[in-house]
Amino acid sequence: MPSLPPIRPEDVATAEKIRPDGAFDAPSDAHDPVRAGYLLRLGDDSLILGQRLSEWCGHAPSVEVDLSLANMALDLIGQATLLLGEAGDADSLAFKRDVLDFRNCWLVEQPNGDFARTMVRQLLFSTWQHMLYQRLTGSRDEALAGIAAKAVKEVAYHRELAAEWVIRLGDGTEESRERTLDGLGWCWRFVPELFEVDDEVEQAVAAGIAADPREFEAEYRAEIARVLGEAGLPVPNDQRPILGGRRGHHSEHLGHLLAIMQYLPRTYPDAKW
Amino acid sequence: MSDWPLWEVFVRSKGGLAHRHFGSVHAPDAAMALRHARDTYTRRMEGVSLWVVRSADIVASDPDEAGQLFEPAADKVYRHPTFYDIPDEVKHI
Amino acid sequence: MYTTELSKQPNVQSIEDPERLAAFEARVAADEFIEPKDWMPEAYRRTLTRQISQHAHSEIVGMLPEGNWITRAPSLRRKAILLAKVQDEAGHGLYLYCAAETLGTSREEMIEALHSGKAKYSTIFNYPTLTWADIPAIGWLVDGAAIMNQVPLQRTSYGPYARAMVRVCKEESFHQRQGYEAMTSLANGTPEQKRMAQDAFNRWWWPSLMMFGPPDENSPNTAQSLRWRIKRETNDELRQKFVDITVPQAEYLGLTVPDPDLKWNEAKGGYDFGAIDWDEFYAVVRGEGPVARERMTARREAWESNAWVREAAAAHEAKRRQRAAA
Repeated sequence: MPSLPPIRPEDVATAEKIRPDGAFDAPSDAHDPVRAGYLLRLGDDSLILGQRLSEWCGHAPSVEVDLSLANMALDLIGQATLLLGEAGDADSLAFKRDVLDFRNCWLVEQPNGDFARTMVRQLLFSTWQHMLYQRLTGSRDEALAGIAAKAVKEVAYHRELAAEWVIRLGDGTEESRERTLDGLGWCWRFVPELFEVDDEVEQAVAAGIAADPREFEAEYRAEIARVLGEAGLPVPNDQRPILGGRRGHHSEHLGHLLAIMQYLPRTYPDAKW
Repeated sequence: MSDWPLWEVFVRSKGGLAHRHFGSVHAPDAAMALRHARDTYTRRMEGVSLWVVRSADIVASDPDEAGQLFEPAADKVYRHPTFYDIPDEVKHI
Repeated sequence: MYTTELSKQPNVQSIEDPERLAAFEARVAADEFIEPKDWMPEAYRRTLTRQISQHAHSEIVGMLPEGNWITRAPSLRRKAILLAKVQDEAGHGLYLYCAAETLGTSREEMIEALHSGKAKYSTIFNYPTLTWADIPAIGWLVDGAAIMNQVPLQRTSYGPYARAMVRVCKEESFHQRQGYEAMTSLANGTPEQKRMAQDAFNRWWWPSLMMFGPPDENSPNTAQSLRWRIKRETNDELRQKFVDITVPQAEYLGLTVPDPDLKWNEAKGGYDFGAIDWDEFYAVVRGEGPVARERMTARREAWESNAWVREAAAAHEAKRRQRAAA
């Protein structure tokens, strides 16, 4: 169920104590940069995808679908609020970092495109997120385990809904099949990044905070293949992986997303909203 | 065809209560109708169980026959427990 | 979001059986509810279909001005609140379309009437949301005015409409409060925020007063609508109530009501206020509002450019059934 994030006026005060003016980038938990860095990856994935989905609001194929998309966006924004809140001050992190400090994957920052691309993106991401969060409920980090336990139910729903849509669109009309293939082609390039394990993730896994995504890559690929099979769509060929999001090297799209999302706090840096 | 068929939505608010009619949604099929019902009618934790049924499949009584259908029950007070006088001293009945 | 402003319809001559008509009027007068399959006069059906579908359209078009700020909301909390609020409006539009459908017009027909310009929606949504302060202003003023229109409709004579309004009112209780709360942040904020707040108040004040519809003397069908309980108070009564409630709220925020003629009238126990520019109102009703074209283009675009989605899902279901039958 979507729910509003808790009101935490104290966040603002904390942020000011931790970070002097002009320092947007460093994770606030200086004691454990591995933990904070991992939380940022998760939080940024949810935030950026939530932002993308919220762009649909008022423009969906039917009123019912509008409600579904908004529910998912609300879930994701709620997750981001909790995760970024564990990494530091959620609002400062969301609104005052620049692209190089965002750690989300390329997949979530991709423009919505048409409804088919949005649903393919959702399937590819939510299936991964669900498998990851199932494991994170056992994280040694209690806060993260708690967030994962709440989020895993939301994400299970996103995954199923996206799968049902991809099946309907893939096995619907000629046009919907073409569009879904297009969306799949667009998004498939970014799947390898989901399973990338760099030094940071390795350290977080070693610390018992993170889950190693390679453990479920085969399961993931089998599940995606199953859904695509039901949709009558071929599994695309893998290409050379596009990586970099986890180190701040993103597509061109993220900068524009941030320009819109961050415009008010950046234009009025002293204002409280 | 440009819009989907209509489905009636019934929600069980909590365990122990019957499903109650909440409204309707448009959906292409039963599975999606359940999803739409969930996303529309349980945004505020209103339910623990959902039913959907195609509106076209509902069979309703005719309001013009309401007289013959329902009024005959009006004088059968003997069906109601309060119709019977039991002395106050008698308990548990 | 709802306004009674457009409920002007020609007085239809009833050609119905006078006995049934009398029985119907007696039921309504006795505060009974009319249900979908009950006999009802054609004029009642038509008036209600128009009113409920206008109300539904207003909810759906009303998503656009506020939706304009979801991606730019200034904090995560404000973003979630605004998204949840706009989502509620989609839900309310849906409840209302469903209520109207029980009168025998399909949602598709209603949507087509909206897109062709035949059906109207609340004029207020044809004004632009220029700054963030417009979001609090809409929550506080526009939702405030809407609530005043909507609360009495929970007891309207048509059962499905009344039930939809019960849900709508219950869910909307947070809309106005979040608006006022967000406005408080601006009014207590930096000079730039205060300027934004006053500017938004100046722009939304008069259109909000217009939401209650033309003055009673130009609202010829009010009497019939009141009798049928599809309207419970007159436009001017509601407007006066709104002014009396809202002026002190503005004063608390330190905002100036953009009306030099506003004055407390001890004798009537309410405010006297300046003349409303009804020429502007009727121009907006005619579709000449500043962003009317943008609103309709966005709605048509959403419906038409996504028709393939609706067709695909229906086609899939047809295939599935065929496979199941084979």
